[in-house]
Amino acid sequence: MRRVLQLYRSSVGKKAVMGVTGLMFFGYVAGHLAGNLKIYLGAEHFNAYAEFLREIGAPALGHSWFLWAFRIVLLAALLLHVTAAIQLWLMARSARPTNYRRPVHLEDSYVSRTMRWGGVVILIFILYHLMNLTWGTAHSDFIPGDAYHNLVTAFQSLAVSAAYIVAVIVVGFHLYHGIWSSLQTLGVNQEHHDRWRRTSAVIATVIVLGNISIPVSVLTGIVQ
Amino acid sequence: MELNGKVPSGSIEKKWENHRFEMKLVNPANKRKYDVIVVGSGLAGASAAASLGELGYNVKCFFFQDSARRAHSIAAQGGINAAKNYQNDGDSVYRLFYDTVKGGDFRAREANVHRLAEVSLNIIDQCVAQGVPFAREYGGLLDNRSFGGAQVSRTFYARGQTGQQLLIGAYQALERQVAVGTVELFPRTEMLDVVIVDGHAKGIVVRDLVTGKIHSFAAHAVVLATGGYANVFYLSTNAKGCNVTATWRAHKRGAAFANPCFTQIHPTCIPQAGEYQSKLTLMSESLRNDGRIWVPQRVGDTRQAKDIPENERDYYLERFYPSFGNLAPRDVASRRAKEAVDEGRGVGEGSGGVYLDFRDAIDRLGQQVIAERYGNLFDMYQQITGENPYEVPMRIYPAPHYTMGGLWVDYNLMSTIPGLHVIGEANFSDHGANRLGASALMQGLADGYFVLPYTIADYLAQTEGSPVTTDHPAFQQTEREVAERIQRLVDVNGTRSVDSFHRDLGKLMWNQCGMARNASGLQDALEKIPEMREQFWSDVRVTGSGEELNQELEKAGRVADFFEFGELMCRDALERDESCGGHFREEHQTDEGEARRDDERFAYVAAWEFTGVGNTPIPHKEPLEFEYVHLAQRSYK
Amino acid sequence: MQITLNVWRQASSMAPGRFERYVAKNVSEHMSFLEMLDVVNQGLIEQNKDPIHFEHDCREGICGSCGMVINGVPHGPKPAITACQLHMRSFSDGDELWLEPWRAKAFPVIKDLVVDRNALDRIIEAGGYISARSGSAPDANAIPIPKETADTAMDAAACIGCGACVAACPNASAMLFTSAKVAHLSKLPQGQPERRRRVLNMVEQMESEGFGYCTNHGACQTACPKEISIDFIAYLNRELLGATLVG
Ligand SMILES: Cc1cc2nc3c(=O)[nH]c(=O)nc-3n(C[C@H](O)[C@H](O)[C@H](O)COP(=O)(O)OP(=O)(O)OC[C@H]3O[C@@H](n4cnc5c(N)ncnc54)[C@H](O)[C@@H]3O)c2cc1C
Ligand code: HEM
Ligand code: HEM
Ligand code: SF4
Ligand code: F3S
Ligand code: FES
Repeated sequence: MRRVLQLYRSSVGKKAVMGVTGLMFFGYVAGHLAGNLKIYLGAEHFNAYAEFLREIGAPALGHSWFLWAFRIVLLAALLLHVTAAIQLWLMARSARPTNYRRPVHLEDSYVSRTMRWGGVVILIFILYHLMNLTWGTAHSDFIPGDAYHNLVTAFQSLAVSAAYIVAVIVVGFHLYHGIWSSLQTLGVNQEHHDRWRRTSAVIATVIVLGNISIPVSVLTGIVQ
Repeated sequence: MELNGKVPSGSIEKKWENHRFEMKLVNPANKRKYDVIVVGSGLAGASAAASLGELGYNVKCFFFQDSARRAHSIAAQGGINAAKNYQNDGDSVYRLFYDTVKGGDFRAREANVHRLAEVSLNIIDQCVAQGVPFAREYGGLLDNRSFGGAQVSRTFYARGQTGQQLLIGAYQALERQVAVGTVELFPRTEMLDVVIVDGHAKGIVVRDLVTGKIHSFAAHAVVLATGGYANVFYLSTNAKGCNVTATWRAHKRGAAFANPCFTQIHPTCIPQAGEYQSKLTLMSESLRNDGRIWVPQRVGDTRQAKDIPENERDYYLERFYPSFGNLAPRDVASRRAKEAVDEGRGVGEGSGGVYLDFRDAIDRLGQQVIAERYGNLFDMYQQITGENPYEVPMRIYPAPHYTMGGLWVDYNLMSTIPGLHVIGEANFSDHGANRLGASALMQGLADGYFVLPYTIADYLAQTEGSPVTTDHPAFQQTEREVAERIQRLVDVNGTRSVDSFHRDLGKLMWNQCGMARNASGLQDALEKIPEMREQFWSDVRVTGSGEELNQELEKAGRVADFFEFGELMCRDALERDESCGGHFREEHQTDEGEARRDDERFAYVAAWEFTGVGNTPIPHKEPLEFEYVHLAQRSYK
Repeated sequence: MQITLNVWRQASSMAPGRFERYVAKNVSEHMSFLEMLDVVNQGLIEQNKDPIHFEHDCREGICGSCGMVINGVPHGPKPAITACQLHMRSFSDGDELWLEPWRAKAFPVIKDLVVDRNALDRIIEAGGYISARSGSAPDANAIPIPKETADTAMDAAACIGCGACVAACPNASAMLFTSAKVAHLSKLPQGQPERRRRVLNMVEQMESEGFGYCTNHGACQTACPKEISIDFIAYLNRELLGATLVG
């Protein structure tokens, strides 16, 4: 633990924390996509799946224990991810008090420069998403326990679907740079960083397309 | 003034070993009580400062760049010699010694050269241990190449950046000592004078280039490692900041200046493109392995290279020197190029170059092989000239490159001022009248890592660690003189820029005291330089003040010194009424146009004593004896 | 050709700076960029004005002295060269250029385009060396080093310490510089004994100098005149994680 704290003191350590938590989110988003795609198997499958999540570990652990443990880990990771992001951001700002008249835009891709704002958008989206599909507070016709219904009715609104599509694209960009970047941060890309860049592009595209397909399918009536 | 070389007795192989044993040592516990000032952070200065720090001395290291890593040594491309005989091709310490004495055209001290060859072995070990990434073979052992026409492969290299890698090694060793606290660095600080107390060098006066503050530092001994003076020609391959100031000011305080006329011209540089030209770029000599040098046969032929048929081209080096051809030694190749251009057969902008043509090599080996061998150099050439050397021949012309002359030093590397040591290119060195390729880096590091750290103890042990402080009136006096000179420069407030004067001086030196010299030209220069100097002091314009970062003022101080030094250089060239190595007197040549030495009259080191600006300096002579390498005339026919 | 220059002029680190406009006339395409500035300065001296101060020495791309941001790009528009290697044929008649110093908290401006880069020296001082006492080294061929290793070390060692990476990095991070030195030394067998301390101390020094952190933008690599790869940054990261977590 002392070593982890020592590591966190350095910028590389903070970056590593972002990298590790970022990869955890990536794992979550990937798993979440797999779950979400069950929508195509119909309401029963989908709801059973949602229920299944709550029953993992039961009876040994009790109803929803695992899910809560999982949520707590995710929430803690999010807090770390965001705290590190803010600390590093402040550090970067103070490192260049006067900017260039025409700031430099070299290889740093558009994507890499939008990581910070992308993160903020994602944060807002997650909040909205929870209110929309988990708590139902931002849902016109929320039926607790019927995830399939909640989802389909939500996406029938063009505005809601559009918001999801935009958010998912932002997540995709964040991941495109993020996956590659965390490998760089964790020192996996020892050589040929470009190959890893292509890999993360493919992964990010799959995630974006997979998730977008859901609101699109609802809007076009493939999923009802 | 007495010139005592202090060469130890005994056979040449044993001199250095015996001497090391006989020298006085400084007690390890006492070393930190000794302060040593090192001026310069090039290969010589950085290696010396780091090694002295390791030994426990209190070292202060001064340089004018912002970082020690930027000293001019960084620019050396080709490589560094060492008699390792890793290639098993018959090299040995003795052979390197022999080649260096002979290559220097018998104008160096045998004992020094032998010592240089001996410690060359340790240099490579030292650098590898520091992490210098020398080129290696697939088996993991060090690679070597043959350089500058040497008959053995004894040159170690790190891509085209050998000087850079060696300097970074020394710089890192230096920074390590800074961390330990034995060395203190003074970047952006220019030394402007030596302080003499009771006949000994006891400190220096410097100007902080950022604040303009003039102050002084005291020490038990002073080491100058301030590099060469090729910038007296204005256009040279040296970095813009290279200067004679430190050594010249020491000379004015009593250090003899030896062989100032021994300068080396490098044959393969990119020719001047216009009046605005600020420096010349060297292209590695290795290009001559595959390139053929030629000019049109006809005077004033302005056709493009590709339109000149084979039978109207003059491959003059191949014509003059059938066995060496395009690989004729530096000075010979340079002079022949000058001849061709002087005859009006030069090519390119202002007809100021000769062709170095790869057409035949590309036909023979294919473009790919040539690209593998010289790709970087070709790119560099194209980037500077905008011409593609795969398609049109390169244009080259000789340029001042290295200066063998420098402050006179004895075997212990101490000048004629006790306590003032001089190392690297700044001393009159081990290269005689001509330096072999890849030997300057070797000498700088030999002096700094392996010679000076021992020999300086011999002097320090005698000073008994008597404390020195800047309270002595000599310090205030010297500071005042330095400040006055700076004020004088600022006060002239004339009409012409410093650079314009420097250009004029450079042109004069190049024409009269460059690749080829003759009595009447030198006399002409000796008349003109004092006039130009006077003009400089009455018409130069230095903008800004002395109390800030002022690059014009820095340049002005250096150019003022070049104006005094140039005169000495021409005088030395005039007095040395023979040709030897890089010093070619047109009056003394064989029928084939080769340099003709006069060993009867000139087998000596000329060491000049300063007698005041504008006064005739006093020549002193250190006779040279050749017990091991027998005097013989060079011949490259 | 004719070039309009807007140059950052700042009398000293304390004084405020601003852009001043100069017109360079009769610029030859064969001139180097710095020679063009020499000519502009010549004109300023004739008008008894303080010439533009910029750092330079070797003028052949190896000493790392020169450095200025030209239209937002460190060392100017051409890749893989320094400002002193840039020639005017890379520009066209009528171009308008903005010249600025490297901008970073760790690089205070000294005057005009001249900045203080000694922070980089202090990073080296913190551990960018291999301790090898003069005269104590074993024979140079005693430890064979695979050619690939030597070549990679050389790739990293090619850094000239110019600071363009810092200037280009949106975070003003010195990671490329630091990582190149860590990689140069820690990849070699000679560098092993100090490997752990080196990376820890150098990174710590880098941070205390006020450089930003690296978010893997990669702008540094594009600006670097010696084409140092950000692969070395990944290498440094791994070295640091290993040194802290494993010891
Ligand atoms: C383009 C080029 C290529 C070369 N290639 C090779 C090669 O391949 N092989 C080879 O062996 N040699 C080569 N040489 C020659 C070799 O590089 C030099 O002779 C050698 O590096 C000189 O080292 P030095 O330490 O004596 O001086 P320098 O490296 O010139 O260092 C001088 C130091 O003194 C300081 N200094 C100077 N004046 C003052 C002052 N007044 N106050 C304070 N500080 C001062 C400077 O700041 C600097 O730190 C080459 C030279 C050139 C120009
Ligand atoms: C689903 C949610 C998220 C995922 C999958 C995710 C993933 C990642 C990954 C993998 C990285 C790369 C880390 C590295 O380079 O080592 C990263 C970086 C980053 N994340 Fe996230 N992240 C998510 C949410 C957020 C949120 C909510 C914020 C902030 C409000 C945020 C802000 C950032 C920032 C600023 C970076 C850039 C770090 C940098 O390079 O400076 N992220 N993210
Ligand atoms: C179109 C895309 C998406 C769909 C269809 C979708 C669907 C769902 C559904 C139905 C739930 C509710 C599960 C339940 O409560 O039983 C849920 C929860 C959640 N989703 Fe999504 N989601 C999508 C995109 C995302 C994205 C991009 C993220 C993250 C950045 C995300 C993060 C979450 C989180 C954190 C929860 C709460 C999980 C929990 O209960 O703890 N979702 N999602
Ligand atoms: S890494 Fe490149 S840009 Fe950075 S200091 Fe080194 S050479 Fe300059
Ligand atoms: S641009 Fe900056 S963010 Fe990292 S990859 Fe280079 S240091
Ligand atoms: S002046 Fe040396 S790198 Fe540009």
